[in-house]
Amino acid sequence: MSVERIEHDVLVIGAGGAGLRAAIAAADAGVRVGLVCKSLLGKAHTVMAEGGMAAAMGHVDDRDNWRVHFADTMRGGQYLNNWRMAELHAKEAPDRVRELEAWGAVFDRTADGRILQRNFGGHRYPRLAHVGDRTGLEMIRTLQDHAIHQAIDVHMEVTVSALLMDGGRVAGALAYDRERGRFRVFACKAIVLATGGVGRAFRITSNSWEYTADGHALAWRAGAELMDMEFVQFHPTGMVWPPSVRGILVTEGVRGEGGVLRNSQGKRFMFEDIPENYRNQTADSEEEGWRYTQGDKAARRPPELLTRDHVARCIQREVREGRGSPHGGVFLDIAWIKERIPNAPEHIRKKLPSMYHQFMQLANIDITTTPMEVGPTTHYVMGGVRVDGDSQMSTVPGLFAAGECAAGLHGANRLGGNSLSDLLVFGRRAGEHAATFARENPGARVNQGEVDAAVSAALAPFDRGAGGEAPYQIQHELQDMMQELVGIVRTEDEMARALAGVARLRERAARVGVQGNREYNPGWHTALDLDNLLIISEAIGRAAIERKESRGGHFRDDYPEKDPAYASFNIVVKRGADGSMHLERRPIPPMPDELKAIIEEQKA
Amino acid sequence: MPNTQFRIWRGERGNGGFRDYTTEVTEGMVVLDAMHQIQAEHANDMAIRWNCKAGKCGSCSAEINGSPRLMCMTRMDELPTDKPITVEPMRAFPHVRDLVTDVSWNFEVKKKIRKFRPRTPDAPDGTWRMQQVDVDRVQEFRKCIECFLCQDVCHVLRDHHKHDEFIGPRFFVYSAALEMHPLDTEDRLADLKEDQAIGYCNITKCCTKVCPEHITITDNAIIPLKERVVDEFYDPVVKLVRLFRGKSAKGTRG
Ligand SMILES: Cc1cc2nc3c(=O)[nH]c(=O)nc-3n(C[C@H](O)[C@H](O)[C@H](O)COP(=O)(O)OP(=O)(O)OC[C@H]3O[C@@H](n4cnc5c(N)ncnc54)[C@H](O)[C@@H]3O)c2cc1C
Ligand code: SF4
Ligand code: SF4
Ligand code: FES
Repeated sequence: MSVERIEHDVLVIGAGGAGLRAAIAAADAGVRVGLVCKSLLGKAHTVMAEGGMAAAMGHVDDRDNWRVHFADTMRGGQYLNNWRMAELHAKEAPDRVRELEAWGAVFDRTADGRILQRNFGGHRYPRLAHVGDRTGLEMIRTLQDHAIHQAIDVHMEVTVSALLMDGGRVAGALAYDRERGRFRVFACKAIVLATGGVGRAFRITSNSWEYTADGHALAWRAGAELMDMEFVQFHPTGMVWPPSVRGILVTEGVRGEGGVLRNSQGKRFMFEDIPENYRNQTADSEEEGWRYTQGDKAARRPPELLTRDHVARCIQREVREGRGSPHGGVFLDIAWIKERIPNAPEHIRKKLPSMYHQFMQLANIDITTTPMEVGPTTHYVMGGVRVDGDSQMSTVPGLFAAGECAAGLHGANRLGGNSLSDLLVFGRRAGEHAATFARENPGARVNQGEVDAAVSAALAPFDRGAGGEAPYQIQHELQDMMQELVGIVRTEDEMARALAGVARLRERAARVGVQGNREYNPGWHTALDLDNLLIISEAIGRAAIERKESRGGHFRDDYPEKDPAYASFNIVVKRGADGSMHLERRPIPPMPDELKAIIEEQKA
Repeated sequence: MPNTQFRIWRGERGNGGFRDYTTEVTEGMVVLDAMHQIQAEHANDMAIRWNCKAGKCGSCSAEINGSPRLMCMTRMDELPTDKPITVEPMRAFPHVRDLVTDVSWNFEVKKKIRKFRPRTPDAPDGTWRMQQVDVDRVQEFRKCIECFLCQDVCHVLRDHHKHDEFIGPRFFVYSAALEMHPLDTEDRLADLKEDQAIGYCNITKCCTKVCPEHITITDNAIIPLKERVVDEFYDPVVKLVRLFRGKSAKGTRG
């Protein structure tokens, strides 16, 4: 079979924030760069990000600096983070934000004309640079518009289905274009995976169709290690009504601007359960919480702004104990601020324009007068490809990963706003180091046999046609099962059932059939995604069974407490020679004294 | 409205026609949900472009009952169900398959617009100062999600096919965002007049009407740009002043 062949030095897979920033960095380093993405340019998941990007610039509160950001990130991640990444991230994020401004981004301003910063969960001081609640759009558009003037070859609506290897290192990738369904071989010396997350493995999710764990699965098949897969973040506030919008995100910015959570009895329940390690940073009255959201530096944050894992579980508890809203969530109320400030409706529309829009249009609810109904939704995966903290290279030579598909920065739980800054800081690092790798290593060779085998595997569903298993059906069953059995609250029995279920679905996925031809055929694409979703579901399930404690995003009903014995290692998942999945407990390297000291100093 | 009828345009590269489907519509559904349901139940291979399902990515543009709209932001309960609901691809771009069109022309246009060029930083640390009131206007334009619905509806593109000469409302919004950016120092007026044919726009405001981000495309972007072009090329006084002062201070006009 003849397949078009394209050569680059560095191939970046994914054009969200991480991929675009990596491609720009690699192009700046002077190598030939290719950028592929499943959607059109500028449509990646990053476009949906709302609240802002975390960077300790200290514009709103000058007590903020990288040390505080570092300590917040480590505490949020329950100390399972790669501390080197947390350090680099906290130090470099402000420069990455300023760089966006130099490329044309227009952030909201402080009274003295600098970049404004807002409050978010788990951040000690207002730290999120933002543009109303459409920060992701601003970021991706700025990167996209900057990138079109660099020497970068963009391949839109092209999906990578396999990595190609030369001995132990990467040599390229096989992909198909959506429009024609034709295959292409990208030959290259280094690859940056920036494919985002895995949320489509669950039913209720804020994630787009693209989030089918492609990068995770590509890396795993190539022999790279995955880490922290048990840590999936359930965002506390997704829409719950009407049914068809279930899961769509309601930004944490609503709480940052003073929104409060209430149960069906009108009670502000978050005050009832404040974790010990956050007690002295949390407001002890509604009054103090309100003052915090309005920028009073003497006040402490309201409990609504505790970390996401905690807030999500408190909401779930209210619902389970019968104090939920009519459609199975709780109430998030921003309208109440009219008791505190004049022009509240106008203020809300200005601060949260797309939330206003979203509820008006999709649920027919005016959030300036009426509380929203919200509940937890699958949002983010902390787990991903295990990489070196400085270079972002995985354990496979020449294979790099950045953004949501890489692991390490966030540990057991990501703080809001830390993803957008992660994309920039580590996207840039990955791009630079991939360029260096490409320059310092001889070209790799693509093996034709490998290409042919991957092409026939991808086309097999057409041979089975309408007689095969239906791809959407399998995907739906997997989503329901993961939601039900490996969701916010987990037990060993349920997860074991899920693993058995995954094995059964895998057998069915091997018999999947599709109709029609190869041109823009979503049934076929869904069939190809299944394998990735199944691999990742298995990895999540296995790692979650292995971690017999509750920590961060991972909560076990059968082990509800945090266990210090589990504080010193990450769980690594790796492919055995026979294709089976192996787990390993990987000790966390000791933290340098300087960083330890920062954590102690910030505990006060 | 349990069983609702849809008339969906199906086909490849412009060859095809409407096909009828019936599916069950439940509370709160949007058109995109109905399309997905039909795709899962009756037409596995039906091509649809979408991504966020939240009105943020601008992928799911289509013509619903004849009007350009986002499928994910069109609630079923706003549409009459006594007749079948028609769903068609955008008509101003080459057709690919079913509801998907080739919008790559838009990406090519953008490359030709001169890029952002900031003034030297205001502060020694390399940063700038801007007031919120001065960025409000630009922020309106930057809300654009590149759905290209405005391009679809503009008669210069849709009926007269001036894609080679005319950049269309989306890129007037984009140019306005750059031209009115308080930091930008580039001058795009000659391009707008000559190569991008802003003169073809006769301010019918059709583009403003369909913008899902409610950007006042004509009043806030196109008309001020047209005025600048007129000032620049046709007003002798401004020209003279310009001769002595160089490019006039940006962000003060329009
Ligand atoms: C609604 C919402 C709101 C959010 N708000 C915030 C916020 O306020 N602050 C914050 O910090 N974070 C936020 N997040 C999280 C953040 O947006 C994401 O974690 C982040 O954007 C991920 O970026 P990325 O570059 O890693 O991946 P993405 O932006 O998802 O990009 C992935 C890219 O990979 C491509 N791709 C995937 N698979 C393949 C393949 N097989 N072949 C080729 N290309 C492929 C895709 O097409 C896409 O271009 C939010 C998330 C959501 C869903
Ligand atoms: S106002 Fe101008 S740009 Fe907008 S639709 Fe009419 S002619 Fe086209
Ligand atoms: S200006 Fe409005 S209609 Fe035009 S592309 Fe942007 S968002 Fe869409
Ligand atoms: S799917 Fe993103 S705008 Fe409709």
